Amino acid sequence: MTAALQGIRVLDLSRYVAGAYCAKLLAAFGAEVIKVEPPGTGDPARAVGPFLHDRPDPETSALFLYLNTGKRGLTLNLKHPQGREILKALARDTDVLVENFAPRVMPSLGLDYATLRAVNPRLVMVSISNFGQSGPYRDYKANDMIAYALGGYMYLNGHPQRPPLSGGGHQPAYQGALHGYSGAMAALMARQQSGQGQHVDVSIQACMASIHQFTINRYVYVGRIQKRLGNRYQRAHPITIYPCRDGLVSLAVSTLEQYERFLALTGLTVLLEDARFATPFACSEHAASFDELLAPWLQARGKHDIVHRCQENRIPASFVNDVAEVMDDPQYRFRGFWHDLDHPVAGRQAYAGFPFHLTATPPVLQRACLLGEHTEDILTARLGCNRTQLADWRTQGVI
Amino acid sequence: MNGALHGVRIIDLTRVWAGPHATRMLADMGAEVIHVTGRKLVGPLTVSQETARILGVYPDDEPGERHWNRNSQTNDLMRNKYDVTLELDTPEGLSLLRRLVAVSDVVVENYSPRVMPKFGLDYPRLQALNPGIILCSMPGYGSQGPHRSFISYGTNVDPASGLASLMGYPGEMPHMSGNAYPDPVAALFAVGAILTALYHQRRTGQGQYIDLSQAEATTALLGEASLGVRLNGVVPPRMGNRHPRQAPHGCYPCRGDDAWVAIAVGSDDEWRALARALGQPAWCAEARFAALSGRLQHHDELDRHIAEWTAHRDAYEVMHTLQDAGVPSGVVVNAEQLVNDPHLRDREFFWDIDHPEAGMRRYAGQPVRLSATPARLYRPAPCLGQHNDQVLGGMLGLSADERAALRDKGVIGDHPVPR
Repeated sequence: MTAALQGIRVLDLSRYVAGAYCAKLLAAFGAEVIKVEPPGTGDPARAVGPFLHDRPDPETSALFLYLNTGKRGLTLNLKHPQGREILKALARDTDVLVENFAPRVMPSLGLDYATLRAVNPRLVMVSISNFGQSGPYRDYKANDMIAYALGGYMYLNGHPQRPPLSGGGHQPAYQGALHGYSGAMAALMARQQSGQGQHVDVSIQACMASIHQFTINRYVYVGRIQKRLGNRYQRAHPITIYPCRDGLVSLAVSTLEQYERFLALTGLTVLLEDARFATPFACSEHAASFDELLAPWLQARGKHDIVHRCQENRIPASFVNDVAEVMDDPQYRFRGFWHDLDHPVAGRQAYAGFPFHLTATPPVLQRACLLGEHTEDILTARLGCNRTQLADWRTQGVI
Repeated sequence: MNGALHGVRIIDLTRVWAGPHATRMLADMGAEVIHVTGRKLVGPLTVSQETARILGVYPDDEPGERHWNRNSQTNDLMRNKYDVTLELDTPEGLSLLRRLVAVSDVVVENYSPRVMPKFGLDYPRLQALNPGIILCSMPGYGSQGPHRSFISYGTNVDPASGLASLMGYPGEMPHMSGNAYPDPVAALFAVGAILTALYHQRRTGQGQYIDLSQAEATTALLGEASLGVRLNGVVPPRMGNRHPRQAPHGCYPCRGDDAWVAIAVGSDDEWRALARALGQPAWCAEARFAALSGRLQHHDELDRHIAEWTAHRDAYEVMHTLQDAGVPSGVVVNAEQLVNDPHLRDREFFWDIDHPEAGMRRYAGQPVRLSATPARLYRPAPCLGQHNDQVLGGMLGLSADERAALRDKGVIGDHPVPR
C-alpha cells in the first residue's frame, strides 16, 4: 500500500497547535515532515502540561506528543543568519512549508513568501495566524478565547443571562489547522496543473466566523441577532443534556415526528393536546415545565437504557462522555480510533487517531520526534553536511 | 482564472449541514459540484412555515411562491454548486445517477449507513462503474460498529465526543456549543480527506472509499486532553472562561445591552501592560497580583476590578485600548457586529451574492486565501433543478425529448413533490 503524500517534503515551523496539527495530518498521509524547533527550548508546546506523572519534561507534554506524531525533529536557530540560510537551503527541495507565527515574524527573519518563492517557485507556503496576513487587526494579539469572541462564536455559547462562554480545548487553533490542511492540499492539486506553488493565508478569526454561518444568514435575511440559549439549540426542545439515574444523556428531539415518538416512549403523549407542548418549538417556550414532567422518567432509568431505547425508536440520543470515558466507548473501540504508540521517554500510551478510514491510502500514526532527534541525519542527507560543519554549527548555537 | 480544483467533478448527495459545508468548500475552490436533490425529500426537509418564521430562514420572513428557492441556509450551502433533481427510488433516477458517477471523480454522502447499499450504491459497485471514483461517507458514528445506525445530530456529537465535557460554567453540567460545532468539524476533515484522495487519484488513477465518523472528528480535536488523562490521570475540569496557566482570563461586561469583551493576559509582561492601559490603579500594584500564581489564586477579585473598569466603556474601545497596549483582547461580537467587522471587511471575507429569488445578500466567504488560485464566487446557489438540462443534456447527452419524457414521468422537475 502506498501513501497518498509519498515523496512530499514538508518543513513545519509551527509553535503550539494550529500549524502543528496541519503538518501532523500531512505526515499521517506519508509526507516527510521536518519539525523545525529552536535549539534548547524547542516548540513552546513542550512546556505545556499535562505531563507524564505531572513532572514537567519537554519530551512528555501531552500537547506536544499529540500534535507532532509522525514528524522528524530538527533544531535550527532562525534568529541566527546561518540558521536562516540552512532553512532556505532546505526550502529549495521542499513542497510545503507550514508556519503559524505572528504575521510580522517571517518577514522580519527574511523568510517571507516572496523570498522563499525566489528560492523555490514550486513551494506551497501555509501561514496560519489569528487574523490573517493583512488588515487592521493583523498585529492584534489573540488566543483561543479571543478568537472565539471575535469570530462571533462565543456570543452564542452559554446562558442568556450570564457571560458568554469560551469553548473546550483549543478549537479555534484546530480550525486553523484543518483549514490550513485543506488549503495545502488544494494548493498541491493546483500545482499538479500549473507547476507553481502559492501562499495559503489562513485567518483563525475567519475560520471561526465561517462555521456558524446560519447566524449570519439569519441576521442578513431577517435582521435577527441570534442570542445564547443556554444548554439548548435552535428553539426546539428537548435538544439538551439531561441528568438520569446514573449520569447524563444527550437528546436532540428536533422534528415533530421525533417529538411525537419521544412523548410516546416516555408516556407523555397526552401533552400533545396541550398547546404549550404541542410541538418541539412550543415546548421550547415552556422548557422548564416540560423538564419537570419528564424528570421522573429519566430518573427511573440508566443512560444505557435511555440512549438505546431512544435510538430504537428513531429518536436522536447519545451518551455524554468526558475525555476519559470516550476512550472506553464501544463504537470508538470497534473502529480502532485509539492507537498505542511507544515513545522512548513518555512510554506506551493510547493516542486519539484520525476520524477517517481510507481504503487505499490510510493515515498512519507514529510517535512524536524528540527535540533535535534527526538534526544530523537531515542536514547530512539533504544538504550533504559533514561532521566538522555540524560541530561548528552546534558550537555557534545554530543547531 | 481557474480555481485550485478546476477539472474535478463531484457528485454531492449530502444534506443538512456537515456534508453540504464540505462540498461547498470544494465548490468555492473551483470543483464542479453537482448536487443531486430528491424532490420528495425537499418537502420534509423544508421546515414548516411557522418553524421557518421562528428560525428566520426566508428573506424578511416572506417565504414567497417558491420558498424552497428562498431558504437562507440552502442558498448559503449551495452557492457555486449545480443542482439536478433525481428520484433515487425510480429506476430512471438511479440509472442516471450511476451514469453521472461514471464521469466523475468523487461522490460525497452523509446518509445513514443503510441508505447507499439499499440503492445499490455501495463502494464496490461504484468502483465497478468507475475505477477512479472516490466515495466519501460521513455518518455520525461511522459506517460500521455497534452505534453505526444511531441517528445523530451535531448537538448529540458534541456531548458524545467529549467536547461538551470541557465547556461550561465551573461546577455545572457539560455544555453544548452554541451552534452544533461538530458539523463543520466533520466537514473540514472530509474536505482534507477528499483532497488527499484526489491527489493520490491524480497521481495513480486509483480511487478509494473514505469512511468518516463525525463523532471521531470532534474527538480528534481534543487529542491532547485524552492523552493528558493517560499521562497524569486527571480528567480536565470545566473552567468557564478561565485558563489553567493565564490570569486574568475572562469575559467582562461592557456598556450596552449584552455587550462583552474577552481579555486574556498570558504573561507578566501582559499583566504590566494591562495595568498601564488601566492607568496604574492601586489594586494593580498589589503584590499578590504580581505573579501568575497569585493572580490565579485571587482571580475573583481581579475579575471584579476589571469588570468595574470595563462596565462603563464601549467594548470596542476596551479592545482597541488594550490591544494598543499589547494585551490580548477581543469584543464578543454578535451577528450584526460580525457582519460589520472592519477587519473581516478589509480582508474581503464576506461575499455579496445576488440570488434570483432571494436578492442581494451577504454570506460568509472562505477563511482560506490561496494567492494564485483564490476561492471565489462562480455562481449563486441554484434554484431547484436549475441545471437538469445542462447536466443531463450537456454532460450525459440526453436529448430534449428524453429530458421531456423524464420530466413527464416526474423523475426530474423544478418543484418539490409529496412523499
